[in-house]
Amino acid sequence: MKPLVLEKEQAGHWLKGLCNNFDIFAPLPTDKGYSDWQKWDGGDLFDVAKGVPKSSIKTFFFPQPEVLFQFNARASAPDAFRLREPKCQDKPRILFGVRPCDARSVVLNSMPYEEDPYFQKRIQETFIVGFLCREGCSTCFCKWTGGSPTGTEGMDVAAIDLGQVLYVEILSDKGKRLVGNGFFRSPTKDEETEAKDFVEKAKGQALDQDVASILRSKGLMHLYDAPFWNSVSEPCINCGTCTFLCPTCYCFDIQDETLRGKGRRIRYWDSCMFPLFTQHASGHNPRGDKLKRVRNRFMHKLKYFPDRFGPISCVGCGRCVRDCPVNIDIRQVLRSLLEI
Amino acid sequence: MSSVNERITQEIQSIAASMLESGQVAAFLGYSQGTLPGTMQPFVARDVEDAKKFSWNSFCVINLANYLPALLRSLEPPRRRGEPPPEGPLPKVGVLATGCWSRNMVVQIQENQIERQRAVIVGISSRGMVSRRKLEAAVGYREITHIEEQDNSLLVRGDGFEETINRWDVVRDNCQTCVHPDPVIYDKLIGSLSGDRKIPDRFRQVEEIEALSVDDRWQWFQNEISSCIRCYACRNACPLCYCPTCFVDDSRPQWVGKSIDPVDTALFHILRAYHCAGRCTDCGSCESVCPMGIRMRLFTKKLQKDVLELYGFEPGLDPDAPLPLSTYKMDDPEEFILTHIKKGDKK
Repeated sequence: MKPLVLEKEQAGHWLKGLCNNFDIFAPLPTDKGYSDWQKWDGGDLFDVAKGVPKSSIKTFFFPQPEVLFQFNARASAPDAFRLREPKCQDKPRILFGVRPCDARSVVLNSMPYEEDPYFQKRIQETFIVGFLCREGCSTCFCKWTGGSPTGTEGMDVAAIDLGQVLYVEILSDKGKRLVGNGFFRSPTKDEETEAKDFVEKAKGQALDQDVASILRSKGLMHLYDAPFWNSVSEPCINCGTCTFLCPTCYCFDIQDETLRGKGRRIRYWDSCMFPLFTQHASGHNPRGDKLKRVRNRFMHKLKYFPDRFGPISCVGCGRCVRDCPVNIDIRQVLRSLLEI
Repeated sequence: MSSVNERITQEIQSIAASMLESGQVAAFLGYSQGTLPGTMQPFVARDVEDAKKFSWNSFCVINLANYLPALLRSLEPPRRRGEPPPEGPLPKVGVLATGCWSRNMVVQIQENQIERQRAVIVGISSRGMVSRRKLEAAVGYREITHIEEQDNSLLVRGDGFEETINRWDVVRDNCQTCVHPDPVIYDKLIGSLSGDRKIPDRFRQVEEIEALSVDDRWQWFQNEISSCIRCYACRNACPLCYCPTCFVDDSRPQWVGKSIDPVDTALFHILRAYHCAGRCTDCGSCESVCPMGIRMRLFTKKLQKDVLELYGFEPGLDPDAPLPLSTYKMDDPEEFILTHIKKGDKK
């Protein structure tokens, strides 16, 4: 489909028109100083700040928690413990202003979740309007990971901010459903040149190496037994900040919750940084100390995942770099692994 | 680097190097430079060469006492659970300590988490640590790519801007209201002591919240924790939180739900704060590490105020003073104990 152009003045009307059929979410400012994903309230949102919002978009596909099923927990009830599908009243959603790294994370997470009906249903019901990056933050490193500031993987619609107008490319059938309501026009020659220029000049730190294939080629035990894991993990306090903010951390635990006779089985975020993650019922814990846990997080992202699926399980958004309380920097770990 | 920090950095490096070289300590715990402006990384040196990596500035926000018990344990010869430690002296650790960190070490000694003689404490009178969040706010949340610290100001640079910020304006709330910047216990001192500070309104932030109605206070509390992602960074950065199994991780019985239901999140924060009552030194680690910017320090600050008012006690100042909430006295205050509430009574 040919690219289209939307005057920013019209963009609010366009989105309002979609509100009947969709819930619209965007990175909006919070009272804590950062921007984060919130339901759009009709206000101004077209100056999407550079870089990524505080949380990743995984929460829209991998909600905290996901109700897997419900049941009546009263043993005397006629339908006691009969499993029912959870009631889902969510409208289809538009995520507006998704950066290329976050959009790509959905593609990567779909690999292990290929056969997961909950995850796949949410992908079907979520429409991603991406915003390409002219420039990143100092913590952005998408190019290291196989992405790009102007990458469109995972997006239904990709927008380039040209100041007065958004230059829009439609990338999927879902994308077509969003732009079909008369607010768009064809781009002028100048706008086409400007858009091309935007993509060519987009900046991003790069490593001149194919990180995933180098890591795949290295021996697993060679990396596992690397000498630097102790110094990498020593400052770690074993919190879940990195895993919970990470767009490509998708590990979970499952639990039944009952309250006043109503039961539900939930799938909720878990973190390989927590000792409980691998605690056995016997009391034994195969990853009982933090070195093993920290190593596992990086080995999963940078070795086990590429060995199994191809790309590394990191999109270079820099959230963990920015918010790790003790500044454990995945870029340094990645470099060490490439060098060894 | 400011001249004060430069001097302290040099002294840390030389003290650590000589302690490691002489074998007085097996490891030295301090800070090294992080990879981002305004971040420092807790760092353990094990040989003289490592000691060159130590650095000191206004961004050392995590309480080093937090690492001490595990680091000391790691230096003991391996043994089975319940087996007594071997005879003879065990390896020591050198550690930096500001006022609040040293007070947490006192609490750790009182609670049998560390042995005094195994910690060689190098005291530094704190000038207050800077809040990265306040600094970001001061430059309008533009991305900071470079920070140069002077003695009383911070030169902050980013893409297309350069600003000089008064250091004290962006010092953390807990440090601005700190009355005990000097280390309480130490074996060696860097620089000189600066004496207790007088802060008449040190509990102002708490008093403002106390002045609200019950409903407004609850609203304030719920709003404050609404962005919590249950990463437990606040718990894990806290030197008081050393339970082998935290109550949130217990499964038999399970005290608290696992996802982000507001009731569960509130329960976690209330219980975490209460576990710190009479022990918290307001070091501010919890608040500094929170990725979501929750001011959970105010919960413990309220309890700190209550303990001071009820028991006249401030934790960590005196290794011989018993902890008020783990000792019983006949004249302990008890007017806050609810003996009975009549049906229909309004609080």
